[in-house]
Amino acid sequence: MKDTRSLSNAAFALLAVLLLISGWQLIVSITGVPRYILPSPEAVLAALVRYSSLLWSHGLTTGLEVVLGFISGTLLGITTALTLAAWYPVRRLVLPLLLASQTIPIFAIAPILMLWLGYGLASKVVMATLIIYFPIASTCYDGLRQTPSAWTDLGQTLGASNAQQLFRIRFPAALPSLCSGLRMAATAAPIGAVIGEWVGSSHGLGYLMLQANGRMQTDLMFAALFILIVIAVLLYQGVDWLCRWLVPWQSLSEQ
Amino acid sequence: MTSTPLGLTVEEASLAYQGTPLFRDLSLKLAPSSWCCLLGRSGCGKSSLLRLVAGLNGSKDTQVRLSDHAGHALPAQAFAWMAQQDALFPWLSVVENLLLGDRLQGRPKNSARRAEAIALLETLNLADKAEARPYTLSGGQRQRVALARTLMRPSPIVLMDEPFSAVDAITRYDLHELATSLLSDRTVLMVTHDPGEALHLSDRILVLSPSGRLAPFDCGGPPKALSLSQRADAEKELITLLGHQ
Repeated sequence: MKDTRSLSNAAFALLAVLLLISGWQLIVSITGVPRYILPSPEAVLAALVRYSSLLWSHGLTTGLEVVLGFISGTLLGITTALTLAAWYPVRRLVLPLLLASQTIPIFAIAPILMLWLGYGLASKVVMATLIIYFPIASTCYDGLRQTPSAWTDLGQTLGASNAQQLFRIRFPAALPSLCSGLRMAATAAPIGAVIGEWVGSSHGLGYLMLQANGRMQTDLMFAALFILIVIAVLLYQGVDWLCRWLVPWQSLSEQ
Repeated sequence: MTSTPLGLTVEEASLAYQGTPLFRDLSLKLAPSSWCCLLGRSGCGKSSLLRLVAGLNGSKDTQVRLSDHAGHALPAQAFAWMAQQDALFPWLSVVENLLLGDRLQGRPKNSARRAEAIALLETLNLADKAEARPYTLSGGQRQRVALARTLMRPSPIVLMDEPFSAVDAITRYDLHELATSLLSDRTVLMVTHDPGEALHLSDRILVLSPSGRLAPFDCGGPPKALSLSQRADAEKELITLLGHQ
């Protein structure tokens, strides 16, 4: 039952992609738009093959930035949420700061990060970390605040200490909420890395796209974009799988 | 499985909510291994009284003095808690849920306790569900697991807040039979809104009025010892009493 369902899901996803590509080809054929404005799907496929080693090498860099940023942002976000939930004084001090920090456009601080951390990997990892930090911290904290009272009551009557309540009851109870944050983060982390690369870098898909843009190699830009999408989709699928494994009771109720 | 039976004495129980007292200076006394049901209209504070005994005060302004039948102070471990929601943790298997109290007390994994849990599940007809996750069970099965978890606590006093009200009538009947036999050596204080259930299960019935007074309901002996016809009369009387409050 479950297998046929996921099979048909995959079939529908494939159908959607095919429709998109045919629509794209149709526009190119009908309008006769020059290939430096909109290359045909075929031209992009050719670019993917021709530049495969180049795309692989730059894609690897961006992929590494995204994954490292995702991991560090997740750890930082969860630590923040646990700290906020555990200590009332910290909550009063940090929560307003945390909310205020969200009004700063991440784009605007990218040049500062380049200045401080250089043009290498570190500034992009920090960029990706910052962009996912808030969704992770806030969803996890929300989950920690909304533990069903029946569970905390039980914990209390079983003699759980505050730390046990937090780590053995409230944190696992917050996992469904945290998982929705993780899914959001999986789509946002690549944005952070690419913004970082646009602002200043010597490697990575964002860098490659800027270079290709300057040389009117639009087919290469599209090919790089495609690789970026593949990275984002793989990360999302990985996170989704992780979440289903972590929170099997939620995926069950969705069926 | 349990330590020696203890009675329960509650004195000077007071509770105010946002400055308004819900009840003041209530007292009640339960004999060791007796079953007492606490009845009252919705909102009269019967659940609050039970939570007060269980130490689940929340942010309310409360006061209470607890001791056993001989006047000795009761430690927190003397109480086991069971509520309307099964409160089973979905990230633990059924048997891990039963052993949760041990884990939280920092006791090391112990095969004897595990065997005890499995034996209890067998008694409750749930032997094959030991390794299952709670969300794969039916509502009645989950409530039986919750009962088992309560029994795994070696506490002489069991506090129950409408434990059987979220299940269907047939399941409730089964649970009544199981609870009666399995809790026979414990002192039970149970809140219920169902007069029939109270008469069926208890040695004593206490009625909490909306004005905050606690009065025993007298039906000429332990309610659960009544014959069917006597119980029907007592139920009518009890409903009338509650209806006039």
